[in-house]
Amino acid sequence: MSKRPIHFYQVGSFAVGNRLLSDGERTVQSDASRTNSIDSGHRACQGCGEALGARYALDAAMRATNNRVVAVNATGCLEVFSTPYPETSWRIPWLHSLFGNAPAVATGVAAALRVKGRSDVRVIGQAGDGGTVDIGFGALSGMFERNDDVLFICYDNEGYMNTGVQRSAATPPAARTATTDVVGPQPGNAFGQGKDLPRIAMAHDVAYVATATVADLHDLEAKVERAMHFRGARYLHILVPCPLGWGSDSSETIHVARLAKETGLFPVFEAEYGVVTSVSKIRRVTPVEEYLKLQRRFAHLFGKNPRPDIVTHLQEIANRNIERYGLLDEGNAHPRHARTEVEA
Amino acid sequence: MLEQIEGSRAVAETVALCRPEVVCAYPISPQTHIIEAVGVMVKEGRLAPCEFINVESEFAAMSVAIGASATGARAYTATASQGLLYMIEAVYNAAGLGLPIVMTLANRAIGAPINIWNDHSDAMAVRDSGWIQLFAETNQEAADLHVQAFRLAEELSVPVMVCMDGFILTHAVEGVDLLDQAFVDSFLPPYDLRQVLDVEQPVSIGAMVGPEAFEEVRYLAHLRQLEALDHIPAIAEEFAAMTGRHSGGLIHTYRTEDATTIVVAMGSVLGTIKDAVDIRREAGESIGVVGITSFRPFPSTQVREALRHATQVVVLEKAFSIGHGGILATDVAMALRGTDCVIREVVAGLGGRPITRQSLERLFYRVEQGELDSLLFLDLDVDVVNREVERMRSTRHSGPSAENVLRDLGEPRVGQVS
Amino acid sequence: MFQVRIHGRGGQGVVTAAEILSVAAFDEGRQAQAFPSFGSERTGAPVVSYCRIDDREIRTREPVMAPDAVIVQDVTLINQVDLFSGLSPVGYILINTSRSFEELGLADLYSRFARTHLATCPATDIALEHVGRPLPNAALLGAFAALTGEVTLDAVRKAIRDHFAGPVGERNADAASASFDVITKFTLEVARAGTN
Repeated sequence: MSKRPIHFYQVGSFAVGNRLLSDGERTVQSDASRTNSIDSGHRACQGCGEALGARYALDAAMRATNNRVVAVNATGCLEVFSTPYPETSWRIPWLHSLFGNAPAVATGVAAALRVKGRSDVRVIGQAGDGGTVDIGFGALSGMFERNDDVLFICYDNEGYMNTGVQRSAATPPAARTATTDVVGPQPGNAFGQGKDLPRIAMAHDVAYVATATVADLHDLEAKVERAMHFRGARYLHILVPCPLGWGSDSSETIHVARLAKETGLFPVFEAEYGVVTSVSKIRRVTPVEEYLKLQRRFAHLFGKNPRPDIVTHLQEIANRNIERYGLLDEGNAHPRHARTEVEA
Repeated sequence: MLEQIEGSRAVAETVALCRPEVVCAYPISPQTHIIEAVGVMVKEGRLAPCEFINVESEFAAMSVAIGASATGARAYTATASQGLLYMIEAVYNAAGLGLPIVMTLANRAIGAPINIWNDHSDAMAVRDSGWIQLFAETNQEAADLHVQAFRLAEELSVPVMVCMDGFILTHAVEGVDLLDQAFVDSFLPPYDLRQVLDVEQPVSIGAMVGPEAFEEVRYLAHLRQLEALDHIPAIAEEFAAMTGRHSGGLIHTYRTEDATTIVVAMGSVLGTIKDAVDIRREAGESIGVVGITSFRPFPSTQVREALRHATQVVVLEKAFSIGHGGILATDVAMALRGTDCVIREVVAGLGGRPITRQSLERLFYRVEQGELDSLLFLDLDVDVVNREVERMRSTRHSGPSAENVLRDLGEPRVGQVS
Repeated sequence: MFQVRIHGRGGQGVVTAAEILSVAAFDEGRQAQAFPSFGSERTGAPVVSYCRIDDREIRTREPVMAPDAVIVQDVTLINQVDLFSGLSPVGYILINTSRSFEELGLADLYSRFARTHLATCPATDIALEHVGRPLPNAALLGAFAALTGEVTLDAVRKAIRDHFAGPVGERNADAASASFDVITKFTLEVARAGTN
């Protein structure tokens, strides 16, 4: 079981307040003595999902490893906004080398720790979607294949945001980016492209692969902790909305992330050695429109010259995910189905 | 102990004595024998504790070395040619981060056209990266230089590459006096880090540096390389005192004291040059040789000093800057600024073309007669070149030049099959 | 300096032959250098390797242009490669074959080179007999020792045994000894015929 049973909801949202939980069930983030691995003062945009995701993940990792984590970071938003010369917001040992080599550098760090007899210190490699799915792909696959003892985390904001919102292989179809403009018969990013990194990671048969979003903190922390139970190559793919690149309101980051899951567009699950072991069910199935309308990168699908055909196409993708991963329970096709318990 | 051994193996045995902790490399001719030999030693447990990582590309090789070195491990890799180019981003990164990685570069030509044989174009491609570049003349020197390289790298926090001619040295079997563990342990202290990733004392390594500080950081890298101009000879002297061998150092000179013509070169060709020089000396020519061991940092003062009596300098090199001319020659010319010395650029041995003693004798004779142009491509087949030039002039669709030239060279041979 | 050039095809152990020869010379306290011609090495493609032996330091790195001895491991190279280019007039030729120079169409070599320095040796057959594999290189080195005297048979045998571990080494060394005897007899006969 990857999650703890939670017995209360706060009315009006699906978040569980920590004050209603016993100490042992509270999140790492609720703890005043948490590491704050990435400390305040960094230069991320207001509402940045990646800053949130990184803090959630690394603090959880520090708790799980008794404060023994080394982080290797690829070039990207996280690296840039966390180390504005001459300051750093990292409270843990941190190495930035290049854009495409974070997995390989992490391998090197892990090898050195092993040689030095310090396998108690754990290594996290981290990158945005660009550094994971595109330019870092070869190195990542090599790390998986060798089963190097690294947890690799991808903070997926579905584009090259640091350089001005360009398309990556993680950019969803129809999304507007600077290199997939909303002109021509197929506005935005093309359909029929893209890489599903979690499934590719699973195909390497590594010990642990999981997806998560910044909308469910308990789930994310539990997955980081679970990942730290394993040795060898592990992969965590976290959806982190980017208000700037997605055109969403900076106060909506968590809401948008939740909708990505609830529509089925972003399946949340765990897998071990290539087999799915648990799925985070959709609580209240939501049509994709509700998600898309919150983001200006999809604005061209609505308004003056709407493209219901594209929206339908995106809904089909969501439906296929729901089917593939079993994201719905029987009898959960109805919206606003009241629930009292989150199952594991 | 003196052994008749393949150059690659001699290097592998010596690197093993340096107690590397992380070895990570991707196979490429002609480096394969080195890494295979080290790999076997690791797997047998001879080098424990040591991790041998079979990386998926050269880019990964240097990246793994970066991660390992930043974590306090002595890291080693090897590559050549195309592999060096594939890792070039990481090569610059390692130097910029000040990581004391040691790499063997088994010099090989860079394509296109693809060519697996020796020349120095690969080393030249990274001469500005901030790595120290040392060129070995023999397999003995190649082996010895690796010990000196680790010591130098770790003293200065600068990565060092040991260049040895691919195939010509790597695959040659000759006598090498291999060092022993006791010597290397006394010569090479354990890696004492200037910076390290440590959970007890966390640091951030690899931050962005903007216009307000970049020049200063770069200048510091330059200063460290200039420091090497003192460390390199000091280390070589200490090595010589303990072994009796003059491996390493900034330059080697041969019969230069009274020479009016001096040949400057790097790497294994120096051996053939010395044989040719001896013959020219017998014919009465006043000629000597300067071998450059430390190419980066470039020992301008020592080069200028060694060439001070020469009226003619022939720089013979296995690379060139396309559209310009000799690369080593340019560095030598800079060192000779203000003197009256005449410099002849000779490009030879490209893509593994043998440099013969006879050819060198003819060259030196022409130099003595004052017959040389400023830039000469040794043993260039002018007819073949002219035929291709004519082809390209006569039609737009002349096809790929390399294939045309090969066909041109192949036709006479095909006609001779009996 | 004594320079040897070995011609053969990829897969016949041409490179190994040069290496073992250099080790034999080294074991006798000489300086030796061995290296291959680095062609695109495919099984069956023509391959050349070189070995230099001297008492002083060997500095040159060029291919052997003026050999003192040429060893031909594969007769199908005749007429395909200029096997004897640069060979000294008092140089040695050793050819792996059970035929004679005349039968190979190489009678003209007798007029260009010293007859007592030319020899053929059925090395492949000897290898098959002693080692069970048609790899003539070790056998040819024994023949080379007998023909030129540049290295001793003992040194050749030791170098062979050091290179091939165990019984394979022994058998190859025996092949070398057998060839040594064949060539010793051969050169004696040639010398005797020459004085008649």
